[in-house]
Amino acid sequence: MTYIPHTDADRAAMLKAIGVESFADLFDAVPPENRFPPLNLPDGLSEMEVAAELNSLARANVSASDYAIFLGAGAYNHFVPSVVDHILRRGEFFTAYTPYQPELSQGTLQAIFEYQSMMCMLTGMDAANASHYDGATSLAEAVTMANAHFRGKRPKVILSPGIHPQYRAVVRTYHQNTGLKFVGDKGSATIPDLVDMLDDDTALLVVQYPNFFGQIDDFTGLADAVHRAGALLCIVADPIALGLFKSPGEWGADIVVGEGQGLGIPLSFGGPYLGFFATRTEYVRKIAGRIVGETVDADGRRAYVMTLRPREQDIRREKATSNICTNQGLMALAACVYMSVMGKTGLRRVAELCYHKAHYAAQQIDALDGYSVDMSKPFFKEFVVTCPKPVSEINEFLLEHWGIIGGYDLSRDYDKRENQMLIAVTEMNSKDEIDSLVEALKEAKAPHLHLSHEH
Amino acid sequence: MMTELILNKNGAPPPLEPLIYELSVPGRVGVNLPAPDVPLADLPADLLRTSLDLPEVSELDVVRHFTRLSQFNHAIDIGFYPLGSCTMKYNPRLNEDMARLPGFATIHPLQDPATVQGALALMYQLQEWLAEISGMKGVSLQPAAGAHGEFAGILMIRAYHLANGEPHRTKIIVPDSAHGTNPATTAMAGLQVVEIPSDANGDVDLDVLRGVCGDDVAGMMITVPNTLGVFEAHIKEIVDIIHGCGGLMYMDGANMNAMLGVAKPGELGFDVMHYNLHKTFSTPHGGGGPGSGPVAANEKLLPFLPGPIVDILEEGDDETPPLYGFVMPEKSIGRLKAFWGNFGMLVRAYAYIALHGAQGLRDVTNHAVLNANYVRAMLKDTYPMPFDRICGHEFVCMGHWKDAEGVHALDISKRLMDYGFHPPTNYFPLIVPEALLIEPTETESKQECDRFIAAMKEIAREAHESPELLHEAPHKAPVKRVDDVRAAKQLVLCCRVLPEGEGEG
Repeated sequence: MTYIPHTDADRAAMLKAIGVESFADLFDAVPPENRFPPLNLPDGLSEMEVAAELNSLARANVSASDYAIFLGAGAYNHFVPSVVDHILRRGEFFTAYTPYQPELSQGTLQAIFEYQSMMCMLTGMDAANASHYDGATSLAEAVTMANAHFRGKRPKVILSPGIHPQYRAVVRTYHQNTGLKFVGDKGSATIPDLVDMLDDDTALLVVQYPNFFGQIDDFTGLADAVHRAGALLCIVADPIALGLFKSPGEWGADIVVGEGQGLGIPLSFGGPYLGFFATRTEYVRKIAGRIVGETVDADGRRAYVMTLRPREQDIRREKATSNICTNQGLMALAACVYMSVMGKTGLRRVAELCYHKAHYAAQQIDALDGYSVDMSKPFFKEFVVTCPKPVSEINEFLLEHWGIIGGYDLSRDYDKRENQMLIAVTEMNSKDEIDSLVEALKEAKAPHLHLSHEH
Repeated sequence: MMTELILNKNGAPPPLEPLIYELSVPGRVGVNLPAPDVPLADLPADLLRTSLDLPEVSELDVVRHFTRLSQFNHAIDIGFYPLGSCTMKYNPRLNEDMARLPGFATIHPLQDPATVQGALALMYQLQEWLAEISGMKGVSLQPAAGAHGEFAGILMIRAYHLANGEPHRTKIIVPDSAHGTNPATTAMAGLQVVEIPSDANGDVDLDVLRGVCGDDVAGMMITVPNTLGVFEAHIKEIVDIIHGCGGLMYMDGANMNAMLGVAKPGELGFDVMHYNLHKTFSTPHGGGGPGSGPVAANEKLLPFLPGPIVDILEEGDDETPPLYGFVMPEKSIGRLKAFWGNFGMLVRAYAYIALHGAQGLRDVTNHAVLNANYVRAMLKDTYPMPFDRICGHEFVCMGHWKDAEGVHALDISKRLMDYGFHPPTNYFPLIVPEALLIEPTETESKQECDRFIAAMKEIAREAHESPELLHEAPHKAPVKRVDDVRAAKQLVLCCRVLPEGEGEG
């Protein structure tokens, strides 16, 4: 079965109107030796058969719907109010495309304008764009923007080791041919160490807030130091944390980027997510991607339209700084609906719930024999636990015996962090779940228990 | 209230819908959250924010506001959407349900691969299917959109030449009919664009192509069928010329809806290409994304694919399924985004391909090309056409007549709105003056195509008899023509003012 509506009579009439005999005649321009190759694909299925197949694949996964989850590291199991997906499922939104024709796209355009406004308030910036692919690519675009701002004359970018390892990898992929040099993130540099690396060659200094280990660094004086060196400051921020903590604007950031997944977007195995990007007025004309502005129609009625279009690839072609076209429009709508329904007090409540639950969990785990939690700095919803044995072994035990998806194994990215687990606690984790985790970790330490379950 | 202020100013009509902030009432709450069930921890007072300017509205306010906004959109669900180069086909509802199955929607990207074997099996199968359809050797599902896939492909071409000790290959040839993403991608990858003209038939000018070929050429990007809607008459010669000078061929797969089961890019000689799953395989366009732009490569470029990709780590047998896992291709250009790609889009594309099968996909292309040629044939006596030849899944005509000089493609586009249609892509491709690029897609019936044809003919008549109808169009859209010049001159990108200490210092 397919979704093609044509009847035999339609096909015959249409071929005749075109002046050809058969479908095959429509493809004469394709080289004959390559025309109509066999496709080695399975036969088509009915709708119910496809549904059965996909249900079976979905059931083969361990999901946060059935298990308690304490895994974060850049993607979080936050609460999504029902209303968000109900709005996303409106065909008027999800079956439209980029609002090239503003007269037929005021719904999408106004929603993006509202999203931009909320992101400005959340980040403390003057302007936000309509989105990038995710937090990592948003950061790569921030580097591009800084490089363009200095016309390539400041080839150095300082990255904090506290930035998500995959984000740093993506930035390097994007800039493998642009002559930029990335420093700062290979060891365990602190904020003052990063400041010491500033010089006349530095275009951008990037820190993460909270950092990859969940800690809130004190950025007092950071922006001044960066600006004194003539460079720009970019803060990679968690949007839920911004419900509670000082905005990056208050810290003096020039560019704020991050992963918007927490704002009403499901985990969905890593995508589609939402890269947000906000900056100060003076850099607005260098932002990549779609931006919506307010204007009026021919009658003077307030209306919205994509603006600053000459920056973009379809007009500027090889002089555009980015090739981005399709972005994550529907995900920006999700964030817009989420922030609307959460509002001024709801987002703060969510952030406080994360904070309190994470602190309760950290204290309970720190009290366990054999485990210790680094609480030397303020932290938000994630913290680092040093475990008595490899994290992979503990996680296997948690999953098999307690139905718990454990934290992130930091040794995957950091050589010196053997046996360290990054645990995330959100408003979705009940006290009972946290208590179970603590109990499970206690049991996981006992070597005989683990051995008795060796396959 | 802000709304009233706006109403009073210059007697302008009221906004279609207030901004969500204008609906805000201090103290109103739209969400129901639990009280903390753990002891409260001390908050670090000096690190907290003192204000957060988000709206204060009820859940019903939110539902009504966004429902009303949705009604100001045109969408595939509402009507014909022949936006050339975008493949606005029907988005099956089944696929929406599948992507939201808890086993897909609530799995974390960093879970142990052993716990997400269903998701990995799906990704592996999709990689295999996309490789088969393209005639390529392997696929990476990482890129999040077509432009992202292009970027991957050009980085791969560059990495290949560097690995072969040919750093001097820095030029990418791009026809003047190309999507803007092609030259932008080239520049973003640190390479130089060499633009070449099309000939009178809309094909690449082979003599010019030969003239620019040399040992500084990294490769060529080309769309098949091209953006003028026509299959290049000399595609094999173009491939041979580029390969002959040591370059590689990139295929922009935006127009794959005209290629399914008709020709495999790998067999035509392409080295690397991207798909747009949101075009060809019907994952929804979402008002501007999310898309998905998997990149496919032949044997030569396989080791350079962005990663990680999914592979079989341990073969299965009759009783045990294979063990899937993530691997990094040997000489990978690296990671292009966090995690593994726009997975939700991959689920939808998988469902689409599984439902269609080989014959179904071939039927998709047959009918997409049938519809485009039918509309072209029915309009060719009314609208000037730069090329009188069979087209692929889209065709370009000109929205301008010598005997109706004041009317332009833009006017025709806006007038189409009054007839209930979304306009075609206008002013692209750039090399056709007053271009209207029309792509009906296969999910539109003959009757819907006929209604569009009738409207286009009626508009052509109006253009000659009462052009003001077109100049003032749209008359029946939610708003009149929108002033984009003012938007750019008096930039208003945010409806709120930052508290002191946050904005410009």
